[in-house]
Amino acid sequence: MRLPLATLLRLAWRNLWRNYRRTLIMLLAIAVGVWAMIAMSAFLRGMTDQMVRSGLNTLPGEVQIHQSNYRADPSVVNSMPPPDGDLLDALNQPPITAWTSRVRVPAMVSSEYDSRGVILLGVDPEGETAIGALPDTIVEGRFLSDADDRGVVLGQRLVERLDTAMGKRVVLMSQDPDNNVADRGARVVGIYRARLRSTEDTLVYAARNPTQSMLKLGSAVSEVAVIGGDYRHSESLVPPLAAAVTNMQLVQSWQQLDPYLGSMLKVQDGFTLIFMVVIFLALSFGLVNTLVMAVFERMREIGLMQALGMRPGLILLQVLIESVLLLSLGLIVGNVAAWLTIKPLESGIDISAVADGMEMMAMGTTLYPALDGRDMLTSTAIVVGLGILASLLPAWRAARLDPIRALAKT
Amino acid sequence: MSSIRCNDLCKTFEQGGETIVGLDHVSLSIEEGEFVCLSGPSGSGKTTLLNAMGGLDTPDSGRIQVGDAVLTDLSRGQLADMRLQNVGFVFQAYNLVPVLSARENVEFVMQVQGVDARQRSQRVQEVLAEVGLEGLESRLPAELSGGQQQRVAVARAIASKPKLVLADEPTANLDTRSAAQLMGLFVSLNQRGITFVIATHDSRVMGYARRLVKLQDGRMISDEAQEPTAMVV
Repeated sequence: MRLPLATLLRLAWRNLWRNYRRTLIMLLAIAVGVWAMIAMSAFLRGMTDQMVRSGLNTLPGEVQIHQSNYRADPSVVNSMPPPDGDLLDALNQPPITAWTSRVRVPAMVSSEYDSRGVILLGVDPEGETAIGALPDTIVEGRFLSDADDRGVVLGQRLVERLDTAMGKRVVLMSQDPDNNVADRGARVVGIYRARLRSTEDTLVYAARNPTQSMLKLGSAVSEVAVIGGDYRHSESLVPPLAAAVTNMQLVQSWQQLDPYLGSMLKVQDGFTLIFMVVIFLALSFGLVNTLVMAVFERMREIGLMQALGMRPGLILLQVLIESVLLLSLGLIVGNVAAWLTIKPLESGIDISAVADGMEMMAMGTTLYPALDGRDMLTSTAIVVGLGILASLLPAWRAARLDPIRALAKT
Repeated sequence: MSSIRCNDLCKTFEQGGETIVGLDHVSLSIEEGEFVCLSGPSGSGKTTLLNAMGGLDTPDSGRIQVGDAVLTDLSRGQLADMRLQNVGFVFQAYNLVPVLSARENVEFVMQVQGVDARQRSQRVQEVLAEVGLEGLESRLPAELSGGQQQRVAVARAIASKPKLVLADEPTANLDTRSAAQLMGLFVSLNQRGITFVIATHDSRVMGYARRLVKLQDGRMISDEAQEPTAMVV
């Protein structure tokens, strides 16, 4: 026997609108629930993205190559030659989209008033631009012009702490490979703002060539930083690079470089799922109630359909189709509402009023909600999947009705 | 071949702590093409017997056979299939699906049977014309009179060409004229070979039957052939 799907659909659709007030209220509840699921996950994803990106900005680079002892002792002693041969070939292959090499050593920066311990980045501005690792905003002056620029770019907070200013000279000081003091004077050519004020305190940008000269490194670098298409999948960049480096070099993704940061994504995905399920559980009571009432009100009709020869399985299917139609309508309204309300906010919401608190969570003064198609799909799957499960009880009860008793209902 | 064969049917109900006898050792055979009335006062067991013949109710003991199918041996699903393929029901309260139009109500059983759309449409036109409802196809049940609704119910019952039509007090909610028209329709359909079993306590309806089975307190007290006395309008 063919499944009379068109008949069941038509019946289910018309039955939904028999009590249109109840259907509209339930529809609204589902739509608001779906909207809440998507909005909540967009905000949560936006926060996590910012935390991860802030973390990546302090690395910076999604995958890094170091001399194998560099992580334990990030000094000039553990530098490595610049990429060449197989490694250079591997770096220029997709899915790698850009890379750069830099010097990165602990250093001191001194003004005429104060000194601070910092991380000195000797960078090639062109390479940093390519991997998107430039400071967030240059608030005064400019960034370094090229790999030979002799200026220095400081964070705004560091400038305040050193009591220095644009155009003034500071002294950069570290150690060369022979453990001798290596230093040079540099003029402040730019001041940057970072999403995290702590970054402004820590990272000092100088051009790579003068830094290598100061540290007597020749052409050696501390690290090679690499990016691909999506930071969430940067682990896939590791194997081809690992095959191309020497025994003395180590290729690590940002998840390995900063396991805490890596675990945040998993935690976020877990929380998103839990929130979605909790929202749905609240919703499911309304859904079950609606269907139970619909079955109760139509007991006589259900008995009639059984009397006319509709198998119990078809009765069950009809109630489930009704539920799926209700859920689908709610999903459409909820998804569209979420898209319309959250998409315009993706350019950022000013949360400077709570900036200090947010900085503790490695976030800046602007929250960028991230509307993700996967979250919309997940919420859809949860609503449909759990919705059908929740509807099984009233549907089963309908299918098990005794036709004689059901027909006797007034 | 016997169309319906009931052997020693017994059925009791519990109601308010009391045991009520629905059927008390009832045995009855109805041949194909017969027009039978089950009569008796309220509580006599006629509806219980009718429901048992249609596979809607299961006796506590005894055996019912409709055609080749032994209903007492069938599962719920198999009983549903048996009703779908072989039995048309007409109820006292019409029992139309309120969200479906007259045409859709008539079509419903055929849709569940899987009859293709063209055949369905043709058959619906035929039966609606037969019951005198041309032009009212798209009306919802609430937009039809009681007599018209009962005609839709009859059209639904016969649309799938069942071998057997079971009707439970089909004229109870109809005025005299509508009741006479309905019975005339039943007689005409019966003359084309459909077996009719009608549960009723309406003496006007009994006048159309060629066989009258009387029940009382669940027992069959008489089973007599008769000449129809009522005039078909």
